[in-house]
Amino acid sequence: MSAIICKDLCKTFRQGEEVITGLDKVSLSIDAGEFVCLSGPSGSGKTTLLNAMGGLDRPDSGEITVGEQRLDTLGKGELADIRLNSIGFVFQAYNLIPVLSARENVEFIMQVQGVPAAQRRLLADQVLAEVGLAGMEGRLPSELSGGQQQRVAVARAIASKPRLVLADEPTANLDTHSAAQLMDLFVALNQERGVTFVISTHDTRVMGYARRLVRLQDGRLISDEPQQPHTMAQG
Amino acid sequence: MNVTWLLAWRNLWRHGRRTWLTVGAMVFCNLLLVFMISLQLGSYQMMINNSLAMVSGHLQVQHGDFMADQRMRDTVPAVVALSDSVRAALGVDAVAARGQAFALASSDDRSFGVLLTGVQPTLEPQVSSFPGLVNRGRYLRADDRDAIVIGAVLARNLQVDLGGELTFLGSGRDGSFAAGIATVVGIVDTGIADLDRVVAQVPLTWFQDVFTMGDHGHAVVVRLPELDTVPAAVSTVQGLVADNDSLRVLDWEALQPGLRQAIQSDMASNWFMYAVLIVLVAFSVLNTQLMSVLERTREFGVMLALGMGPGRLARLVAMETLLMAALGLGLGLFFGALLIWYLSVAGFTYPGMEEMAARFNMGDRMYPEVSLLALAWGPTTVFVFTLVAAIYPALRLFRLEPVAAMRAA
Repeated sequence: MSAIICKDLCKTFRQGEEVITGLDKVSLSIDAGEFVCLSGPSGSGKTTLLNAMGGLDRPDSGEITVGEQRLDTLGKGELADIRLNSIGFVFQAYNLIPVLSARENVEFIMQVQGVPAAQRRLLADQVLAEVGLAGMEGRLPSELSGGQQQRVAVARAIASKPRLVLADEPTANLDTHSAAQLMDLFVALNQERGVTFVISTHDTRVMGYARRLVRLQDGRLISDEPQQPHTMAQG
Repeated sequence: MNVTWLLAWRNLWRHGRRTWLTVGAMVFCNLLLVFMISLQLGSYQMMINNSLAMVSGHLQVQHGDFMADQRMRDTVPAVVALSDSVRAALGVDAVAARGQAFALASSDDRSFGVLLTGVQPTLEPQVSSFPGLVNRGRYLRADDRDAIVIGAVLARNLQVDLGGELTFLGSGRDGSFAAGIATVVGIVDTGIADLDRVVAQVPLTWFQDVFTMGDHGHAVVVRLPELDTVPAAVSTVQGLVADNDSLRVLDWEALQPGLRQAIQSDMASNWFMYAVLIVLVAFSVLNTQLMSVLERTREFGVMLALGMGPGRLARLVAMETLLMAALGLGLGLFFGALLIWYLSVAGFTYPGMEEMAARFNMGDRMYPEVSLLALAWGPTTVFVFTLVAAIYPALRLFRLEPVAAMRAA
């Protein structure tokens, strides 16, 4: 079953007088449970494609389907509902709410989802333990390392049990060790929970974790190949 | 605990100094409003009570035409008996009968027009502060027959002193010529020159004899313990005189329309000043919240990306404003209550107050009105306007696009 289907996606941006091509007729199908990396140099369209998949940005033309929903036809509110309940996001800059503790950051999203108060704390602690942050639930983001903050962001992303996690350069701000730990976590979640992962990166070590590597350049899809995953430790 | 409320509260303290400055502006505005409004209402109460205590009382029973025309023949029959009935019906002692006539008062050398009032010497001190303002000689006594108390300015104009005789010429109730002689026993200084120039009081019995009034008079005057008991008292007295179509019961607003107008005019200018103050505070809150929203654009973008709708973000900003406003309200009410409690005990005065006090016959210290209205009106209005001020920053969130917002610096 397909988790994401993109058909002839086009997107352009204006920068003054200049028109920049973000996506140029990108077609792609990702099955549920896949672990996919989008790679390519800066400006290749990785983030633009990821944003389109997450319903954060609308393509100029083309179709995009996540699960059974055509995102390109939905309104703002409906897109927000899908993002809240079906898609988890992990950002390069962690983007945690600085005044909330690790647990509260996770709980906050669950509250928006309507999870009863009695369950929220329990679930938040469970998911934080799952990402290796047991005992750090009460710490503020400023009291956590970059790797730990990114783990909180992952916990926040998976707390709603999404079918799809979109990660935009999730290791860009992490040291090698933290990056390896994060990728191991992604792989574990992919294998144990069956969550579909789409990760944009230009880090070749991260690409090594993927079972499928999609390359973009100048907004065009230039290759889409399965690969044998290996870890950073394996080089 | 609700994480959204927690987030709203903590967001307030990201810039604690800025929040305290805004809350401080609210508290200052609340304090000022509580102080001004309670003082304003207190001064009105004082003005009303003092003005009413001087002459008119809180209500009067008069002939229906007397107020407009002031004619001698527009009288209240059996005025003393009616006065006794009113006293019994209301259960208050401060009820007295009066007669009133314009007359020409002459001393040996000079003549001036006066407003001659016949009063019940033992009862008048209870309805009027006038007897207490005698600064030379004494006030009328029950056994006085042809004694008179006059205003200080009138005494000066007539060049008459204590023990001097004044001759009065006027018209009786039946249109006949009225004349009498009275001896000055007291001189009153009310501090109101216009009043002291014309005022003269004589015993009601003498007045009735000289002006051929029989048992008639011109008014039954009632002074009540509290201003807010006036409507009920008016209703009771109206029931008492219902069988006499010619009589009317007039409350203080009908008796002294100028006083009400002066208060309304003063209120209008003060409310305008309060409105300006509140709008300034509202703009201060608007500024704070707008800055707070603008500097968190990226964070709001992330929240939108995670699936929060703009409505939820707007609610978060509204919660932050509500908490800030509640802090301003709470502190404003607390310190405001302390302030007016203190002033209600110690009183308040300011330079130039004597002039106004003399004009309106007020005491030299003002005491604020301690009431829920005086305490709560200002802070509650500031609270509401503060919430209104959050609407614009909150509405801006509906225009945010997640991707563009996340790119914000």
